[in-house]
Amino acid sequence: MRRKQSSTISNAGIPETNESPDAIRTHSTLFPRRSFLRNSALTIAGTAALPSWLGRAAMGSEGGGNGKKILVAIFLRGAADGLNIVVPFAEPRYYDLRPTIAVPRPGETGGAIDLNGSFGLHPSLASLKALYDEKHLAIIEATGSPDPTRSHFDAQDYMESGTPGRKGTPDGWLNRALDPTPAGGSPVRAIALGKQLPRTLRGSNPAIALSDIGSFRVRNRVAAGIFEAMYEESPDEELRAVGAETFEAIKLLQSVENQNSTGGDRSEYPKGALGPSLQQIAALIKADVGVEAAFTDMGGWDHHTNESQQLANMLRQLGDALTAFYHDLGGRMENVVLVTMSEFGRTARENGSLGTDHGHGSLMFVMGGSVNGGKIYGSWPGLETEQLYEERDLAVTTDFRDVLSELAAKGLGAGSGGAAAAFPDYEPQSVLGLL
Amino acid sequence: MWNTLVAGADSVPGTGAGGSFEEQISEQQRPLHLLNRLSFGPRPGEADRVRRKGIEKWIEEQLHPDEIPVNPVLTARLEPLDSLRMSDQEIAEHYPSSQLIRAMAMGKEPLPEDPELQVIVEHLIERYRNRKDGNRSQPSWREYLAAMPAEQRRILLWGTPRQKVKLLLEMKAGEFADLLTVLPRKKRRALFAYAPVELRRRMLMVSSPQQVVINDLIESKLCRAVYSDRQLEEVLTDFWFNHFNVYLNKGPLRQLTTTYERDAIRPHVLGKFGGLLRATAQHPAMLYYLDNWLSADPKAVEKIRARRPNALRNIRGLNENYGRELLELHTLGVDGGYTQEDVIAVARCFTGWSVHDLRHGGGFEFHARLHDREEKQVLGYRISPGGGIEDGMKVLDILARHPSTARFVSTKLAQRFVADHPPESLIETMAWTFQKTGGDLREVMRAMLASREFFSVGAWRGKVKSPLELVVSSVRALGARVEFATGLAEQIEQMGEPLYRKEEPTGYSNSSDAWMSSATLVARLNFAFALAANRQPGVKVDRGTLRGGHARIALRLLGIPPSESTLAAIENGGNGRPVPPLLAAGAILGSPEFQRR
Repeated sequence: MRRKQSSTISNAGIPETNESPDAIRTHSTLFPRRSFLRNSALTIAGTAALPSWLGRAAMGSEGGGNGKKILVAIFLRGAADGLNIVVPFAEPRYYDLRPTIAVPRPGETGGAIDLNGSFGLHPSLASLKALYDEKHLAIIEATGSPDPTRSHFDAQDYMESGTPGRKGTPDGWLNRALDPTPAGGSPVRAIALGKQLPRTLRGSNPAIALSDIGSFRVRNRVAAGIFEAMYEESPDEELRAVGAETFEAIKLLQSVENQNSTGGDRSEYPKGALGPSLQQIAALIKADVGVEAAFTDMGGWDHHTNESQQLANMLRQLGDALTAFYHDLGGRMENVVLVTMSEFGRTARENGSLGTDHGHGSLMFVMGGSVNGGKIYGSWPGLETEQLYEERDLAVTTDFRDVLSELAAKGLGAGSGGAAAAFPDYEPQSVLGLL
Repeated sequence: MWNTLVAGADSVPGTGAGGSFEEQISEQQRPLHLLNRLSFGPRPGEADRVRRKGIEKWIEEQLHPDEIPVNPVLTARLEPLDSLRMSDQEIAEHYPSSQLIRAMAMGKEPLPEDPELQVIVEHLIERYRNRKDGNRSQPSWREYLAAMPAEQRRILLWGTPRQKVKLLLEMKAGEFADLLTVLPRKKRRALFAYAPVELRRRMLMVSSPQQVVINDLIESKLCRAVYSDRQLEEVLTDFWFNHFNVYLNKGPLRQLTTTYERDAIRPHVLGKFGGLLRATAQHPAMLYYLDNWLSADPKAVEKIRARRPNALRNIRGLNENYGRELLELHTLGVDGGYTQEDVIAVARCFTGWSVHDLRHGGGFEFHARLHDREEKQVLGYRISPGGGIEDGMKVLDILARHPSTARFVSTKLAQRFVADHPPESLIETMAWTFQKTGGDLREVMRAMLASREFFSVGAWRGKVKSPLELVVSSVRALGARVEFATGLAEQIEQMGEPLYRKEEPTGYSNSSDAWMSSATLVARLNFAFALAANRQPGVKVDRGTLRGGHARIALRLLGIPPSESTLAAIENGGNGRPVPPLLAAGAILGSPEFQRR
């Protein structure tokens, strides 16, 4: 059963004021049952098993907690090497397995940035350390999909559909996690930055893809009118639907552009694909146009060769983009939850070309003002041969759906029903207490 | 996405199709359907020409492209693009990479012997050094002009395009390079738009020689797509390049992609699949792209390093990348029945398959000393020890004959040419033909074209055009003249399909749903309008060809009558004033109908 949420920003249309969301949204007040769970021992390691009903109840917002967050999902395509992103420097085995590409221990030249005495950030992620210290950044170690595939394509597809092992799923988890769009709902409630609509956001709720807000329009006015009428009435159902979403979004975004509220951002986003995408997501969030879920991706994580140099460059971009986004949104980060994912991790042992091959477990970052950050979640499976998945890869101890269920239920405010729709036939194994 | 179709018997085909794969389309519809699937879209009057020639005869001609005379317009367009006819070594020599030029700057490589190229390279070296030293002493455009002889200055500032072109072509290489360095961006762009091909290539040459090679490649792809009468060969070259995808921006692939497409893909698209597979496996572009050139037997590496510790800089042992993608994407398909052990065994069979001297164009080279000599088991076959280069050849042979390959390849072809979710009966027919003929791709195509499913209602107009298909079919439908293709390539990129630049080995999707998003729709609508309004750089539309009422223009461009709503939107679109023919044509190219094929 999906419960309708009463949203304070449900009809975005054209906002009449530029009030901050803090002013128009009620803050989440934790209702007793949830706070009981949050304060219990269950959340300390974050991976304790729960009976399913309790898990769902703990995540749900039954009882009136209306702390709806905007959920921003970032897909790192190509299988990011979790072991070199958050480094298990306390494990001597890590250095045995990676004689040339391991990140040195904290304190050594180019060493990891110590987080808790056992794990450290890759030095290129230095900018994230402050966010971690402010407890707005959480790390979930050894996450991933239970499906054994090492195919990028299949694994991405499974993670985006939210149904590992099942190829026939027509839509994506994030689209299913949203409430059915009400009449007059914001045309940009689900938005992807990029030229294609990703699998994650496909489905029955309208979702749009755009690569640049400023140029997202039909340039010639007469042509725009003709095309709009043409697509509105077309007997071609699929194209009519895409057309309707597109023209509604164009109108809304142009009105925002005209108010000039998407420009004038002072924070510094890095160049490359991710920075500008996050900057535009931030601009839309600041414009209060009813964005509920946003998606973007960053390719190029498939480092079979010469990993050290390539990964350092990628991570610098990632860390700087996340930090810029965080500072750009300022107080609004209280109402935003950002999560990163990658289809699988890479071999624990380095390969024969100073890189790594396709592996299994990886990690996720969760960032936001209301995130219980400054901790590393998940249980660490270890790197000894018998602890590795198929004796070669980091094992998965936290299903990615556990993390996303929790963010969908508590963050998006979709409740347990929304989380169940996002991940059908799946009972979360653990409640991490990320929010 | 093609993986949904594997389990997709229960999924619903798009509404454009929706009909059955049994029921046949009308005689009248067949030529248009054929052109929409086997070519990059009909040119004006082409459906009638196919009808007059006869469907079967037209298909047979397309299945034997060598017997179709080359369109002289195309020959003339390709003639100046000399890198298309060079070997990898010649390309490296005549169009040195930036890496090679840096090596020349450091004195590690001799300067080119050709005097004109030497001047250009010296100029680039100087610019490279200036950048490195933070030296920005180059003059401004204004200072540059002030130092010019008066007559030249007059032409550069106020001359006609013809005078400018003449002046620039007559300049010596060094002078021209100096000019280009200071020429403001805007002027550079304007010049590029009217420069003849020699001047455009010269402009690219003095700023980055390897850019000429990339430009020639993209220019040739789009000119062939627009002008070639061997349309099926072009469509198949695009299909198979995408199947065996490589990524142009990965280092030396900027220079290797030309011969990869020309030598490893194009000659085989109607030949045996095994030949195509071997050609890609041994081409330096693939060896580099999927890292196999670095893959070696770790024990062999250890032995060599024991003697010479600094040998084999980046080579330490096995790299699984090619082995895995060979099984998953090139042959068996992800559900084709292989295990992680098979991936490793295949990778071991290909150890030592490498390249030599990439900087100078290189070539395939087998390093026997880095090859794993032990026995391997691949998909239940024993690969006996000591096979050397034959190990890899055996694996390719096993894969080319494998029933999973027959099925996987047939499914992908059916998805490109027939329907997003092709019926099982069609896949079986094609896979059976593949098996029976030893992977003869011409026979597989013939079986597909002879099937009931190909000319069925279920297939009719069910596919959404990819960006490449949309852009090229628009140009063809208008009968427009392409003067240079860079602008079209930019449009295709805007719609999400940068040519030769799909980074992942999967290639671009063959399925409609990948190309239906608001972002690509907006880009398509803007392109349609700009093209018909003659505002697309590099393309000229003859206004005289668009005569008659809106319905007639629509029929001419679509090949079928437009829907009532499409026509009404154009009729009512002028706010009381009649919509002029060019705008109407643009509206048709942007219509829902034109997005399908």
